[in-house]
Amino acid sequence: MTNSIEEIEFTDVILATGTNTTENHPVISSRIKRAVRQRGAKLIVIDPREIDLVKYATLWLRQKPGTDVAVLNGMMNVIIEEGIYAKEYVENRTEGFEALKKVVEKYTPEYVEKISGVPVEDLKKAARLYAGAEKASLLYAMGMTQHITGTDNVKSCANLAMLCGKVGIEGGGVNPLRGQNNVQGACDMGALPNVFPAYQSVISDEARVKFEKAWGATLSAKPGKTVVEIAEAAHRGEIKAIYVMGENPLLSDPDITHVEAAFKHLDLLVVQDIFLTETARLADVVLPSACFAEKDGTFTNTERRVQRIRKAVPAPGQAKADWQIISDLSTKMGYPMSYASAEEIMKEIALVTPSYAGITYERIEKEGLQWPCPNTGHPGTRFLHKDRFSRGRGLFHAIEYIPPAELPDRDYPMILSTGRVLYHYHTGTMTRLAKGTMERCPESLVEIHPLDAERLGIQSGQIVKVTSRRGTLQAKAKVTTRSDAGMIFMNFHFHEAAVNLLTNPALDPIGKIPEYKVCAVRVEAA
Amino acid sequence: MGKTVPLTIDGKDVEAASGQTILEVAREQGIYIPTLCHYSRTTNVGACRVCVVEVEKAKSLVASCCMPVSPGMIIKTDSPRVKAARKLIVELLWASGDHNCLNCEQNGACELQNLIYWLEIEKPRFPIEHPGYDIEKTNTMIQRDLNKCILCGRCIRACNEIQVNEILDFSQRGSRAKVGPAFDTDYIDSDCYFCGECADACPVGAITFKQARFAGRPWEVKKVKTTCTYCGVGCQMDLNVHDNRIVKVTGNRAYEQPNEGSLCIKGRFGLDFISHPDRLTTPLIRKKKGGELVPATWDEAYGFISQRLFAIKKKTGPDSIAGLSSARCTNEENYLFQKFMRAVIGTNHVDHCARL
Ligand code: SF4
Ligand code: SF4
Ligand code: SF4
Ligand code: FES
Repeated sequence: MTNSIEEIEFTDVILATGTNTTENHPVISSRIKRAVRQRGAKLIVIDPREIDLVKYATLWLRQKPGTDVAVLNGMMNVIIEEGIYAKEYVENRTEGFEALKKVVEKYTPEYVEKISGVPVEDLKKAARLYAGAEKASLLYAMGMTQHITGTDNVKSCANLAMLCGKVGIEGGGVNPLRGQNNVQGACDMGALPNVFPAYQSVISDEARVKFEKAWGATLSAKPGKTVVEIAEAAHRGEIKAIYVMGENPLLSDPDITHVEAAFKHLDLLVVQDIFLTETARLADVVLPSACFAEKDGTFTNTERRVQRIRKAVPAPGQAKADWQIISDLSTKMGYPMSYASAEEIMKEIALVTPSYAGITYERIEKEGLQWPCPNTGHPGTRFLHKDRFSRGRGLFHAIEYIPPAELPDRDYPMILSTGRVLYHYHTGTMTRLAKGTMERCPESLVEIHPLDAERLGIQSGQIVKVTSRRGTLQAKAKVTTRSDAGMIFMNFHFHEAAVNLLTNPALDPIGKIPEYKVCAVRVEAA
Repeated sequence: MGKTVPLTIDGKDVEAASGQTILEVAREQGIYIPTLCHYSRTTNVGACRVCVVEVEKAKSLVASCCMPVSPGMIIKTDSPRVKAARKLIVELLWASGDHNCLNCEQNGACELQNLIYWLEIEKPRFPIEHPGYDIEKTNTMIQRDLNKCILCGRCIRACNEIQVNEILDFSQRGSRAKVGPAFDTDYIDSDCYFCGECADACPVGAITFKQARFAGRPWEVKKVKTTCTYCGVGCQMDLNVHDNRIVKVTGNRAYEQPNEGSLCIKGRFGLDFISHPDRLTTPLIRKKKGGELVPATWDEAYGFISQRLFAIKKKTGPDSIAGLSSARCTNEENYLFQKFMRAVIGTNHVDHCARL
């Protein structure tokens, strides 16, 4: 997030798009709801589903899945047309405005209505409300990123926010809400194929020399492969060994069958986890690890706040903290790592990671610090881009709308969208073992609109068969108007109804994120 | 900051900020006034009246949590009249419910119990009237025993004003008043999200965590502050540990950012996995393809992995090896993992699964 969680409560307008906040980031949703109920803030929801936030919204734009760029361009069209954009800000702090203006010109509200189904008047109202606010916070999550145009969607959000001068101010910003507790930290720490910690590029000689010196090793200048590319390379036999720490890609990957075949191909699969997951079952070596309550360390939350976790209970049996396992293995392989504690590792992190340079366990004992925190006297950073953008001027990207990779046709006439529910998390390995969450949500349901249900002769609770070009599965139907006619929604928490047997592995060319939000399916009574 | 308000509290002249309540000023001055229904960051409703104080020239005692200060106020927080009133109120509360502490989960952490002790009440002067409600045990997470409810309304305000889940309300007024979801249903039959905010807010043993029942007394339980393992909000929470087991998870409003003590069902009730019998407890090795995974020692496992990795690296180069790190592991672990892949293996094929 460019801004902080707390600021959401004290802003004037909240634009929430592609985030089902009450289910996926419940505690942030309380901020939104308090802003609306107690402080008179206005909420604009852009989402194909009638999510709970709609109850609190001033305006709800129900776009067709995957038409986000068109909707955002349409808002910008209105804002530029009516001359209500932040002219001074655009002049002084950004570049590329003319190109943007040219592209959004054709996204008139009428044209956008044709693409997205959002009524002309609603689009205009939303545009005016957002642009006219003194402070406005834009929130988004996986509903924006899990498309082949994910990167375009994100850039369009940034375009809109910059056009209206909403970046670099308290209560403003472009704020991605991260799905998993430490995505932010994993990225910051360089668990990415193209960068070292703090996004220092592996192709930069300067960065590489720095890390070669710090680590006493020769480093590769060739950017690596992303997770989906790794699976493909394994399938082709180019990758022979994979070491997986704490993930279950077999269930979270698009197109499970393909990944399973790829993993079975490997000469060596090492899986380090707390359970014998679907992926671990295929492994040659399984290493038992400690969970978050059994070790010390830090997580970095979605607002860049570095916070402690603390050991509360002992790990079962011989299980060890992941950092201990890596250290031991590395030492065994002739590269000694002899950290006595997680804190010692953080000291090393601070030395090579400029944005974490001021972070010490002592300083975050009471309350976490938000990076950038460049030295030990620095209070941390509540919101980014205050006086300038990291690159100097904020760059507008002129972006055209591209439809989803797979649209409904005669054989597969409906859209399947996937996501999470409040009661479960990711592939369910943890929440499905909890009595409480299972009591509230014991199985996967196929959300289907009453009109479709009637046409297909389906009732709530009945088993239905869902088929895509890639696979088929069965699950119980839930007839509801939450999802629009022509669209069904399923979660991916249940391996019995592994929705990624159906999803389309088409990737966003830059973000390499699969299009989990739109694929074409056929639904029938089973 | 507006102008200041001069006043006298327990004989001391102080300057308060305008708009402050008497209670706030007293707390700043280190003067203890008991409260029950007051719950910070929610509306002051003045329901319980245990916070009453005497204000010179005011006809009756005033509820300090609701009363804003005004210039020249002379306040007494501990006069005989105040003491008598508090005592009466607390005795009434005691008598109005089934406050049998013997097996109550809140014993030792109950605000009513503490108040009775502090006020040195031997026993209430009124006969105890058991309300006769059934204990709500219809879900596995939250247990409600409204026989202990003192109708402070904190749960209602926690649900509506903090979480804004808008589930709880008073169902009737007066002596038949009762708190709960609409139509007096059980939590499990309502739209309740099981965030547990109401249980954290309840000052007595009326709303408690069911799975912590008989799992450890408050004074036996150690609270360990940590960060939730689920979503990216990164809520700060207390793991309540007894006998090396996590018996419940509580919020702590003193922790401030990012969640100010609020949690959701996942962080609150989603941690059973930690002590699940299916946890992996020993390394496993599959010696031959197609064979079984069998238990091994750490040394065998490390030996097996390093031997294979060396062989593969030698034969097809470091770029034939890849690592998947995790958005669920710590920063320290992600750092070491990528360092291992880059410095020890020699490849940049390292990613995590959060794109998925
Ligand atoms: S658990 Fe949460 S949603 Fe349910 S009644 Fe309590 S505060 Fe409201
Ligand atoms: S249940 Fe607890 S918090 Fe709610 S009104 Fe009764 S005593 Fe107060
Ligand atoms: S308690 Fe809920 S909202 Fe808070 S971090 Fe955990 S999963 Fe997210
Ligand atoms: S605390 Fe003031 S009336 Fe209850």
